[in-house]
Amino acid sequence: MDYSQFLNMQEEISLLAVILIVFLADLFLCGKEERICAMGNGTALSATACGCGRMNVLPIALMVVHTLINLLPWCGSACTPVEAFGGMYQHTPMMTIVKSVLNVGVIVVMLMSANWLNRPENRIKQGEFHSLVLFTLFGMYLMISSGHFIMFFIGLELASIPMTALIAYDKYRYESAEAGAKFILLALFSSALLLYGISLIYGVTGTLYFDQIADKLQVNLLSIAGLVLFISGMGFKISLVPFHLWTADTYEGAPTVVTGYLSVVSKGSAAFVLMTVIMKVFGSEAFLGLWSTAFFWIIIVTITVANLFAIRQKNLKRFMAYSAISQAGYVVLGIMGGTAQGMTALVFYLLVYLTANLGAFAVLHVVEQHSGKIGMDDYNGLYKTNPKLAFLMTLCLFSLAGIPPFAGFFSKFFIFMAGFNAGYPVLVFIALVNTVISLYYYLLIVKAMYIKTNDEPIAPFRSDCGTRAALVICMAGVLLLGIVSAVYNYIDLFSYGI
Amino acid sequence: MEYTLFILLLPFLSFLFLGICGKWLSHKTAGIIGTCCLAVVAILSYTAAIDYFSLPRLADGSFRPVSPFDINWLPFFNEGLQFKMGILLDPISVMMLIVISTVSLMVHIYSFGYMHGERGFQRYYAFLSLFSMSMLGLVVATNIFQMYLFWELVGVSSYLLIGFYYTSPAAIAASKKAFIVTRFADMFFLIGILIYGYYCGSFGFNFNAEGFAAGGFMLPTALVLMFIGGAGKSAMFPLHIWLPDAMEGPTPVSALIHAATMVVAGVFQVARLFPLWIEYAPDALSIVAWVGAFTAFYAAAVACAQSDIKRVLAFSTISQIAFMMVALGVCTEITTGHEHTGSLGYMASMFHLFTHAMFKALLFLGAGCIIHAVHSNEMSAMGGLRKYMPVTHITFLIACLAISGIPPFSGFFSKDEILTTCFAYSPFMGWIMTAIAGMTAFYMFRLYYGIFWGTENKELHAEHTPHEAPLSMTLPLVFLALITCVAGFIPFGHFVSADTRAYDIHLDWGVAGTSIVIAVGAIALATYIYKGERQPVAEAAAEKFAKLHRWAYKRFYMDEVYQYITHRLIFAHISKPIAWFDRHVIDGFFNFLAWGTNALGFQIRGLQSGSVQKYAFVFLLGILILLFILIL
Repeated sequence: MDYSQFLNMQEEISLLAVILIVFLADLFLCGKEERICAMGNGTALSATACGCGRMNVLPIALMVVHTLINLLPWCGSACTPVEAFGGMYQHTPMMTIVKSVLNVGVIVVMLMSANWLNRPENRIKQGEFHSLVLFTLFGMYLMISSGHFIMFFIGLELASIPMTALIAYDKYRYESAEAGAKFILLALFSSALLLYGISLIYGVTGTLYFDQIADKLQVNLLSIAGLVLFISGMGFKISLVPFHLWTADTYEGAPTVVTGYLSVVSKGSAAFVLMTVIMKVFGSEAFLGLWSTAFFWIIIVTITVANLFAIRQKNLKRFMAYSAISQAGYVVLGIMGGTAQGMTALVFYLLVYLTANLGAFAVLHVVEQHSGKIGMDDYNGLYKTNPKLAFLMTLCLFSLAGIPPFAGFFSKFFIFMAGFNAGYPVLVFIALVNTVISLYYYLLIVKAMYIKTNDEPIAPFRSDCGTRAALVICMAGVLLLGIVSAVYNYIDLFSYGI
Repeated sequence: MEYTLFILLLPFLSFLFLGICGKWLSHKTAGIIGTCCLAVVAILSYTAAIDYFSLPRLADGSFRPVSPFDINWLPFFNEGLQFKMGILLDPISVMMLIVISTVSLMVHIYSFGYMHGERGFQRYYAFLSLFSMSMLGLVVATNIFQMYLFWELVGVSSYLLIGFYYTSPAAIAASKKAFIVTRFADMFFLIGILIYGYYCGSFGFNFNAEGFAAGGFMLPTALVLMFIGGAGKSAMFPLHIWLPDAMEGPTPVSALIHAATMVVAGVFQVARLFPLWIEYAPDALSIVAWVGAFTAFYAAAVACAQSDIKRVLAFSTISQIAFMMVALGVCTEITTGHEHTGSLGYMASMFHLFTHAMFKALLFLGAGCIIHAVHSNEMSAMGGLRKYMPVTHITFLIACLAISGIPPFSGFFSKDEILTTCFAYSPFMGWIMTAIAGMTAFYMFRLYYGIFWGTENKELHAEHTPHEAPLSMTLPLVFLALITCVAGFIPFGHFVSADTRAYDIHLDWGVAGTSIVIAVGAIALATYIYKGERQPVAEAAAEKFAKLHRWAYKRFYMDEVYQYITHRLIFAHISKPIAWFDRHVIDGFFNFLAWGTNALGFQIRGLQSGSVQKYAFVFLLGILILLFILIL
């Protein structure tokens, strides 16, 4: 065996190194009595200086380094498609971009969670949080770069089982535990069906390598069933209707930072994988029509149903759950037709959605931390007491709704254009109508914050530095991504169609 | 010439800095930061001009356009139309860089004195920087779309600056009026751009002949639509109504935006697209000429009867810009020859733009000094000021002589070229414009005598003696006056001409002599009527032609006409029914939709029961339905 092929997996390897360092540092360097991370202490001097208490800087710093190393152009695998282990692992430059987007998401989530993790009840399990997050990220990496269904499945499971632990992180809180249980049960259910689908495909073609399947696969009942089961399994991860029912309960129960992570990073990776795998495995002319039809209906149902539910929500985490479902519908619009333009639009959409959604979650999280309130009515009059947070939240919501000149407008525009050019004007029209509806419910929050009055509004508070840093990153994205067209152009360089 | 990027970047950074950190800065620091940035910009602009004009000419004697930057900004379409952003240097854009940076720098310095102690001083400098950035971006645009973006930015900053005194209702109304009227015109500009882009497949200025051939009559249409946009910004009749009201803003702002730079954007736009006009729409070009001629006459007539000195200057600006428009409109060809050819008007227009920017800025800044001294805009509060304000008096006189077309001041040379080209177009046009030039001399000297001679207003002076303005205000006056004295001798044709080949300006003494005689006559008339302590002739004339005087004073009731059209006709008969339709039919439909979605949401809430078994069941059902759809 040629061990040099491990070098082709440099992104995975560097992430693995990060995981190991974080894990070991947590294990050995932290004092048993106080369990305050010693590594954190050293670097936390600067953090204390800006008044945000101790925060676990190590994982964040390592992730930043990891992201930068992967983005540097001299790293061999970033520039040309490579593979390892006889095609089990396949890598294209586009994947580096997607992984970097996920990295940014993880960094923002870690920044958001820093203060929360320093609370007395969480301090003891700080290390677990970071390890679990990084493990799920590693699973997504494998899933993204897989060239074989077993590899893909391992990645999928690695991404969802530690996720359950994260969702049930507040294990003594009833809702959190319930959310974890619901998630793991349904995840198992969907994994089983997905595995069944993979076995059907194996039965038809006799291989699990993506490239070989693509050559051998014929349209018949078994392979269609395999396709549908595959879509449903991924639909579960992306929370497409009707595979979305876990979403609201889980989002509501999970700790807010985990909800943010789930709604952006986990969902984003799955959407990209869905696109690449379906293009690779079911890329033939005959299948193109089939899955396009499937997505056509799924998108319509997803966006519409999610909007219908979102209008009625009073709990903002549930509300964001439905908003995330409807956004997922827009993301999948990029898959239609399997064009290079669609892929660019999809990745760009994910990036923009990441900044806006995590920004909104950062606000929800910090408000929840300081006041324990998460209901829509609690936000009445937020502008009076915390004008800056209310303003940032407004920008994020505008971006999510797709109002120019924020990045969300451009991402929606590109995704609609991709769908239109792929030949689905009706779908784009329905999505457009739904955008109007979504505008209504996003503005409900804005109205609550600015116009409605409240007898006992959320008291003014100063947010911690971690959250501030996270918000700064998100705002930079919301304001700049659309206008600085170099980002879109850069993504466009690497995208590919069927 | 990559450094030209800083010409745009510096004012932008200064805007951001002053806008965000302004409230922590003292007035002085904020002013110095803004002024220093502009000074650097001015130096860079001059360097760019020297560098550009010292480039070797092409074989046929023309200048090569240089584009140090041209990036693909929004790749909305993979092929075909691209939205680019960049910097284009060619003779007219380089000339505009000089004009804008010079006047803007003068205004920055001047504002130190004029705005001293004003609330929102930092905000004022931030807006000035924003305006400078937008205007500079407009002239160096590499394509018409970029031009449009900066065009709108210019409109916004003009809006912000006119409404600078946001506590005064008149200023707010004026800023809104300016914004709405120009925005209305810009709508046509945008439509024109879209038509242009559709037929040419590009927004660039490197005109693609095949696309145009396919365009047919759509291309002249597009050009005329764009001209409407330009007419809005350049205050051509009947879209001029915003400019006189815009004088509610601080006077230095009027000098910068509403005299020297922004209002000539329309002229610049026509000049920028000039090759297209000449090639594909020579007939439509006469629209430009006649709109210009009428506006010049109308504005000059109104200016003769106004009593607010800034209003007089505003109407004189409208009239002078119309001169530039006329000069462009009477062109018949693009090739530059050595005789008075059909392309002379282009050079004349740009020349007049250049000289006018300087002497009109001077006039406005002088008016600012006067207003600063007597605290009023009305001529009745002035009179006899020459004793108190010698510097202002002399520089103002120089500017008046320049605008009247008296040699050797700059206005004479540029106006003479315009008149020559008008006579070449048709003698009728030539005589009209010469007559208007005479009116210009008359009303400018009416203004001059009204301010500096005539009766002193003893009552006002008793409590507050007028005094000369501080050095920060007089220095720009002197500098601009110097430019006004020498600018006429610049061999302008060597730098700017229709096809950028060198052209020697020579005076046509037939035309020049006539215009000098008429100007001197008009000045003499003004002296006879207005110089004395009492003005019996003026009063008698006003009484005799009471109706005409009243009409001119009321600007021929153009504002009232607008009021009638918008309120009585459009609002009452078009907007109201539409509003009713909107409120009852459209809103009704959406209310129904909202009610429907709400009701539907309530109905399907059972799906989200919280029980995992049910979720799994729905999941499975979904798979089966999907399978069913795909197999069928």
